[in-house]
Amino acid sequence: MKPDTLIRMANQIGAFFEAMPDREQAVMDIASHLRRTWDPRMRTQLMDTLGGPDEAKLKAVVRDAVKALGQSGAVP
Amino acid sequence: MNAPHDVDFGTPRVGPGDTVMLEIDGLPVSVPVGTSLLRAAAEAGVMIPKLCATDFLKPFGSCRLCLVEIEGRKGYPSSCTTPVEAGMKVRTQSPQLAKLRRNVMELYISDHPLDCLTCAANGNCELQTMAGVVGLREVRYGKGEPTPGENHFSDVVKDESNPYFSYDPGKCIVCNLCVRACEEQQGTFALTIAGRGFGSRVTAGQGESFLASDCVSCGACVQVCPTATLMEKSIIDKGQAERSVTTTCAYCGVGCGLRAELKGNEVVRMVPWKDGRANEGHACVKGRFAWGYATHPDRITKPMIRAKISDPWREVSWDEALSHAAAEFRRIQQQHGRNSIGGIVSSRCTNEEDYLVQKLVRTAFGNNNVDTCARVCHSPTGYGLKQTLGESAGTQTFKSVEMADVIVVIGANPSDAHPVFASRLKRRLREGARLIVIDPRAIDLVSSPHVRAEYHLQLRPGTNVAVLTALAHVIVTEGQVDQPFVAERCEAKAFADWREFVARPANSPEALAAASGVLATELRAAARLYATGGNAAIYYGLGVTEHSQGSTAVIAIANLAMATGNVGREGVGVNPLRGQNNVQGSCDMGSFPHELPGYRHVSDTPTRESFEREWGVSIQAEPGLRIPNMFDAALDGSFLGLYCQGEDPAQSDPNTHHVVAALSAMECVVVQDLFLNETAKYAHVFLPGASFLEKDGTFTNAERRISRVRRVMPPLSGKADWEVTMALANALGYAMHYEHPSQIMDEIARLTPTFAGVSYDKLERVGSLQWPCNDAAPEGTPTMHVDSFVRGKGRFLITQYVPTDEKVTRRFPLLLTTGRVLSQYNVGAQTRRTANTDFYGADLLEIHPHDAEERGIRDGDRVGIESRAGTTTLPATLTERVQPGVVYTTFHFPESGANVITTDNSDWATNCPEYKVTAVQVSRLVGA
Repeated sequence: MKPDTLIRMANQIGAFFEAMPDREQAVMDIASHLRRTWDPRMRTQLMDTLGGPDEAKLKAVVRDAVKALGQSGAVP
Repeated sequence: MNAPHDVDFGTPRVGPGDTVMLEIDGLPVSVPVGTSLLRAAAEAGVMIPKLCATDFLKPFGSCRLCLVEIEGRKGYPSSCTTPVEAGMKVRTQSPQLAKLRRNVMELYISDHPLDCLTCAANGNCELQTMAGVVGLREVRYGKGEPTPGENHFSDVVKDESNPYFSYDPGKCIVCNLCVRACEEQQGTFALTIAGRGFGSRVTAGQGESFLASDCVSCGACVQVCPTATLMEKSIIDKGQAERSVTTTCAYCGVGCGLRAELKGNEVVRMVPWKDGRANEGHACVKGRFAWGYATHPDRITKPMIRAKISDPWREVSWDEALSHAAAEFRRIQQQHGRNSIGGIVSSRCTNEEDYLVQKLVRTAFGNNNVDTCARVCHSPTGYGLKQTLGESAGTQTFKSVEMADVIVVIGANPSDAHPVFASRLKRRLREGARLIVIDPRAIDLVSSPHVRAEYHLQLRPGTNVAVLTALAHVIVTEGQVDQPFVAERCEAKAFADWREFVARPANSPEALAAASGVLATELRAAARLYATGGNAAIYYGLGVTEHSQGSTAVIAIANLAMATGNVGREGVGVNPLRGQNNVQGSCDMGSFPHELPGYRHVSDTPTRESFEREWGVSIQAEPGLRIPNMFDAALDGSFLGLYCQGEDPAQSDPNTHHVVAALSAMECVVVQDLFLNETAKYAHVFLPGASFLEKDGTFTNAERRISRVRRVMPPLSGKADWEVTMALANALGYAMHYEHPSQIMDEIARLTPTFAGVSYDKLERVGSLQWPCNDAAPEGTPTMHVDSFVRGKGRFLITQYVPTDEKVTRRFPLLLTTGRVLSQYNVGAQTRRTANTDFYGADLLEIHPHDAEERGIRDGDRVGIESRAGTTTLPATLTERVQPGVVYTTFHFPESGANVITTDNSDWATNCPEYKVTAVQVSRLVGA
């Protein structure tokens, strides 16, 4: 899938959760939402943006969530 | 009129409440206080003659047939208008009563044609029956003396304008039943009695034809007519039915109980089922009349295959079609992996069929790539209500609206899209409930006969969350929170966070007015009314869900209900009005790629293991692809096979160019449908579908009510849809064997706690059941969250307004939003193949006169509509229903290509498309 599509979708998710008062919780909620509702191939493609030129397109809170997704066991 | 085998008790049921004892014809009778003598007698099995009374309507006391004698009282009161009293002794038969009734009947018949043998009502005519009951043997009067029955309207032309029923004033006895049905039951007030004395006659509107009048063709007037004055044309054409089958309507999410009346296997009439709890004897123009599509010549009844979508179709046997589809799916999986194929479940099919498709995907396909068309309508409801209240469903019965004091309708147009519920709602409004409408467009409920919204918050498309959050701001900052309810029932920290958020000045009506376009004073007044006006109920539709913040808006609605204590009893609640007949059911049945039946996540090991034991396979613990994800994956080459049952994404899904490109990129598309729909143009295998008349099963409506669908006629193709799915699974090498859908429901009940108490036997016994239905609630659950929320404590969530990316610009200065009309249904595959096209034969673009004038557009001009996704053309209609800057259209006709211009912008949580907001430019076509 197009990275821009995935980034846009992820940032939309981030826009909902970043309004929460607890940023750490928001990061985990974003990661959990991605884990529970996105097909693995979509998550993999999103994680592949980290370290590349597209990473800057991710909201900061989403970037942290995507990083958490990549850490084994970090996201329930 | 009522079918011959229906008992009509004459006046509506009263109670429950205190009862009184009386005596009727020597029989002791006990009925609730307020019951009429007519009904009390009927309940005791004593049928008093009547012509103007029915248990659908309030008593009227006009026909003078239901006269009785009451011991100790003078005269002969009409039993329909006389309430019971304790100790009454009533006689329904006496020589004097018989004489009076015969005289009354003689007068009726003196002005009625005596063509009974050739009359369409013969065999089901209450007038004829009553003439027999009262023993009428001669008629001494009449215009045509000495030949009675030459009616003074005999030279009046019948009104044949309505495609479904005719009006013959010559047969009218001016009983007023039709007028009262239109008023009390339907709430349209289209009919009246014009003229005086012999000149009295029923008339539609100001003497217009039925078609030209305000009549909405619900059929209520035809249903109650005791003669052939108002008569279905199908009965005139084919005669009275021989038998009937009770089933459930396959149109909108109201899920009306219907009775199909048949001659042999041919439906000759469809009437609302009196005992159907969703509709209580009412129907609309679609369910009542628009069933002819089931036998339309366009039906495809033979399986077909082709190697390429450019090839012509070739009719083949079921075995060849299914073997071919199975071989292709397996080939794709071998070449591209197990996750390269998937299925789409239909919200028009039965629960059992939806369950089987997701089972096929999870077993025979071996993945979770299954989704339902609810993805593109109410998936945000599932998410938002689960997060806040704990269950992905509405909280009430439809009947609950009868207890509401304040009704909020947001992003829904019930009188067009859920008309039978709208009739209930309008009745409650006429009784004094107060109405708030939140909608970019002036829907009928804003101002129509006997209904007027106290507040119409005419917001800009895409700003629901701003308005809902501002309503919460007023409730919190003005101290209108139901503190005891929140303290007892909701999570304290989540509430505190939410309260702090909504109280911010940035969320005030004044601060958000610029974005929403809603006057702060109006919004504040509406908020006060909702919070303090008594029982307050919110009803919402796709105008809430089909947005980039659809899920946020659902959450915001749940927040409002919790904050004001409007959850957990009758008359309140959060009520999603589901678009299609089985949206709720298809979601319940595990049709989402991340959830097994009963909304349980695929990663939940105990749940997954229970299905693995039953199904004998290993189920993936990871979510699969949603419909839009499937299309994206098709274009990148990782999703190449689709089994699409009863769904037409090429017409119904947004950004048609994108969908068509994705379908074209797939190597095997299997479409199972009634007709060669738009998606079938890109299919390699076509499997004939079965209409709701051709199969057994259940539908679950918007109030979680599970109702039986019963086979009325054999499947035209020889197979019901569940049999086709079963055969496909077997062709794929996964053994499925069911003799009847009841066995599928038994399996659902074994595996799904909220359905544990559901069975066909129980449905036969009780008529319908609202889930959860299990040991804790063996007769179902009419109202949810009564003592506590399903999730335990209610959870407030912060609802930050985020403007949609779909913004107006100089190039695209208008916002397009979409909706339905009463007579057509979704993509029109069914209703376009009925006479409903007489009411609405083409999609129109509604544009405000100011915007039209700026563009030189006149009413009826064909206009071009351009968005970032594509272009199309439509005829324009100028109306102030829409505000300047907003245009509106329906999407019932494929040629209008409404979804060519909608974009693939979608809800953040669920990917539900943002159909309701598309930035467009509209221009008059040169030469138009």
